[in-house]
Amino acid sequence: MDEPNSDVIQGTLDLLILKTLSLQPLHGFGIGRRIEQISRDVFKVNPGSLLTALQRLERAGWLDAEWRQTENSRRAKYYSLTRTGRKQLEVETADWNRRVLAVGRLLKAEG
Amino acid sequence: MWRHLSRGVRALFNRPDTDQEITDEVQHYLDSATEAHQARGLSPADARRAARLELGPTTAVREQIRDHGWENTVDTALADLRYAARRLRAAPGFTIVAGLTLGIGIGATAAIFSAFKPILFDPLPYPAAGRLMMIWENGRDGVRLPGTFGSFRTLTDRSGSFDALAVMKPWQPTVTGGDRPERLEGQAVSASYFATLGISPALGAGFPAADDRRGGARVAILNDQLWRRRFAADRSIIGGTIPLDGDPYLVVGVLPAGFENVLAPAAEIWTLLQYDLSDGRAWGHHLRTIGRLKPGVGIDQARSELASIAPDLTRAAAAAAGFFPGEFKLVRLRDEINGGVRDALWAVIGAVVLVLIIASVNVTNLLLARGTHRSGELAVRTTLGAGRGRLVRQLLTESLLVATLGGLVGMAVAMIGVRVLVAASPINLPRLSAIAVDGSVFAFGFVLTTLVGLAFGLAPAFQAAGRDLHEGLQWTSRRTVGGHGRTRGALVIAEVALALVLLISSGLLLRSLTRLLSVDAGFDPSNRLTMQIQTAGHRFATDSNTTRFFAEALDRVRRVPGVNSAGLVNQLPLSGDRDEFGAHFEAGPAEEAKTYNVFRYAVSPGFLETMAIPLRRGRLLGAADQAGAPLSALISESLARRAVPAGDPIGCRLRIGAPDGPPYTIVGVVGDVRQASLGLSDAEAVYTTAAQWRFADKAMSLVVRTPRNPAALTALVRDAVWSVDRDQAIVRVATMDDLVATSTAERRFALLLFEAFAAAALVLAAAGIYGVMSASVAERTREIGVRSALGASRRSVVAMVVREGMTLAGIGVALGLGGAIVATRAIAAMLFGVSRLDPVTYLSVTVMLASVALIACAFPAWRAARVDPATTLRAE
Repeated sequence: MDEPNSDVIQGTLDLLILKTLSLQPLHGFGIGRRIEQISRDVFKVNPGSLLTALQRLERAGWLDAEWRQTENSRRAKYYSLTRTGRKQLEVETADWNRRVLAVGRLLKAEG
Repeated sequence: MWRHLSRGVRALFNRPDTDQEITDEVQHYLDSATEAHQARGLSPADARRAARLELGPTTAVREQIRDHGWENTVDTALADLRYAARRLRAAPGFTIVAGLTLGIGIGATAAIFSAFKPILFDPLPYPAAGRLMMIWENGRDGVRLPGTFGSFRTLTDRSGSFDALAVMKPWQPTVTGGDRPERLEGQAVSASYFATLGISPALGAGFPAADDRRGGARVAILNDQLWRRRFAADRSIIGGTIPLDGDPYLVVGVLPAGFENVLAPAAEIWTLLQYDLSDGRAWGHHLRTIGRLKPGVGIDQARSELASIAPDLTRAAAAAAGFFPGEFKLVRLRDEINGGVRDALWAVIGAVVLVLIIASVNVTNLLLARGTHRSGELAVRTTLGAGRGRLVRQLLTESLLVATLGGLVGMAVAMIGVRVLVAASPINLPRLSAIAVDGSVFAFGFVLTTLVGLAFGLAPAFQAAGRDLHEGLQWTSRRTVGGHGRTRGALVIAEVALALVLLISSGLLLRSLTRLLSVDAGFDPSNRLTMQIQTAGHRFATDSNTTRFFAEALDRVRRVPGVNSAGLVNQLPLSGDRDEFGAHFEAGPAEEAKTYNVFRYAVSPGFLETMAIPLRRGRLLGAADQAGAPLSALISESLARRAVPAGDPIGCRLRIGAPDGPPYTIVGVVGDVRQASLGLSDAEAVYTTAAQWRFADKAMSLVVRTPRNPAALTALVRDAVWSVDRDQAIVRVATMDDLVATSTAERRFALLLFEAFAAAALVLAAAGIYGVMSASVAERTREIGVRSALGASRRSVVAMVVREGMTLAGIGVALGLGGAIVATRAIAAMLFGVSRLDPVTYLSVTVMLASVALIACAFPAWRAARVDPATTLRAE
């Protein structure tokens, strides 16, 4: 069982969702697929967590949702970024970069 | 935030829609995933399985999504509530008993709270009332004296601690000119009085400061009630005059409707005091003084400033032939008004809280008994996946619902209870008019209900949640009394103990009242009618007119058919009158002069005979003791004992009031009379005839003895007085028996409350014992059956149950006796003639409680004896 860890880093699922939706509106499954594709399968998104997160982000007012026809004519709930969602993405992106730099510095540090 | 709220509300009201949406979304995800797997070459069935595996159980996912958002907490709470309501409906007996028990507990507590709130918790009804102070003058011997006008003026001029100071004295003007003269309760005050309280009139400009001097204009301020009652709420009364004591008074103000005059609650009308320093009364100690501290000035700061002014005042008073006792005493006005009754009220609150605790304990016991029957249900629910927290929450919901029910009953009880309390309370309870069931009482009731619900809900809830699952499923718990039996036993012990504390307290109060009523008042109160006649008007400016009026009135009253005898006195025993003077006994050549503080009675001939005050030596006063005759006096036997311990007091001489006044010769010794109260034996007294006293009292009390019902004679006697002068007010009509009853009203009131609470506690404790023993018998049916089958006699079964119940009661009694020894300290000040550890009370109350406990055990024992071993064993 030496599979590489494909869990989404804790606390980053919101950021990944917001970023994905900043490119284009998508439904739940689409968001999961897009995250997997862009991360080149480094991250596998747990569907339960994803749908719950979507519910939470919508409640927070960062996402808008509407039911639309998909390309293969099914009804699906499409999520898109609101204005506050876009701001939140900026905040979280900046925050993430700050942390990555900090972790990087720590790892590079020599005794 | 808003979005959270609105979405939540929408979700709550469109539950099916929201659920459908979530289901659809999950379904779409599943479908898309299946397609993706198919696209990678899996068969439709495999693709679907793979997708499901990825997603996990769809119900769980749906629940997970659904659980997000505050509305779900509400949702579960509502479900719990519905479930609890259903369960309570299914057990109406339990619901009614629990609701009523709690209702009485909560209702009594809320009623007591609302009745005592104005005294114990509310500030006085004035702006920044915490700054209001009462200023007394203290002698070096600790005797507290009312203030003088001289001190008031000095403080007004010199003290920097007060925004305003005011003095007041009682004033009872008679409104004349109407159909019947009406004597009003009022106050004569300095112009600063209302400003000191922080109150402005609703109509009119208030007292003109310029008239607060000798010879100033006669002005009056009315309160709202008087204005409506007597003057038909006529706004044009401002600037008009009203006739008081025969003089026109200019009305300069009407007070706001809600104004409460705590310094004289009965007062309806105010006038200016109009003293000045040249006035002979300026250094008389008969004014009450209040002051409003400046913001930021502490009471200690004010005290030290007053202490620095005191020496100057002593000099100034002496220079004006007056007297300042030495120091000021500053008391918060709120403490002054409420202080006297506060301890008694706290004791009553303690009692009602005990009742509430007992009621809650009882309901806890009921819930625990239900919990036993429910262990199966709860175990099943746990097995089906209900978490412990969830179970606790649901059981608590049930308890809270029961408590709410009790709270509703309780508020109804409180509304009625407050009315009963106000009706039954003694008139001298301070701030009586402020008692009302208002929002704060409802808030209090709500908080109380919640606390009570949590208190009695927690034990059963945790017990249920903590119970072993298998035990519940196997139904074995029915066979033996488990740990919860012990919990319930402990609760019953607590109930019995608390009830005993209450019973002993009320027993002590009852014995106190009996002792008090058996005190010899020194006169015979039965078949005596009393009333006070107040003279007013210019005609009575001279003493001779006053004396003649009273003599004539007494003469007419004596001629009324049914009147056996009649007499007049300046102060009536037990009426609240208090007229004290110094009595200076003439000293022999080798002795120091002796002075005693005595009640001074100015009587008409025949008063002592009418009251049946016994003559011990010498003679009584008669018609011969008139003005101009040698001055004669009677003294009470306790004064005779103190002043003339050896030898004969008859013939001794004493001066009353001024040490240089004319001497009276003692002609007789009479029995002691309780003047201030039945409980106080300060009975040193001097009697003179009114004719031989140095001034004529303006108000005299008439006492009439009749063989008939005294109250029935009222109209005849009153008309006899009015046949002399139609304009003289007659007040305080009461039989002497009424006065005795009124003087014990506070004790009766406290006793009434304690008795009610103790009775409730006794019933609840008995119900508790009964409930626990019944449950215990019911749970042990099998055990009892087996015992009988093995040859136990009915008698031994009964003995077993009774022994068990009485053991609980016995432990409770032991604890309760200990508790009472400590707790009765709270009512020690309310006792009279009986120790708070009175063994008779303790013993008789214990016997009573034990008998009640025995009766409560009897029925369960009887049922246990009827257990048929065959039936029980077959049921296995």
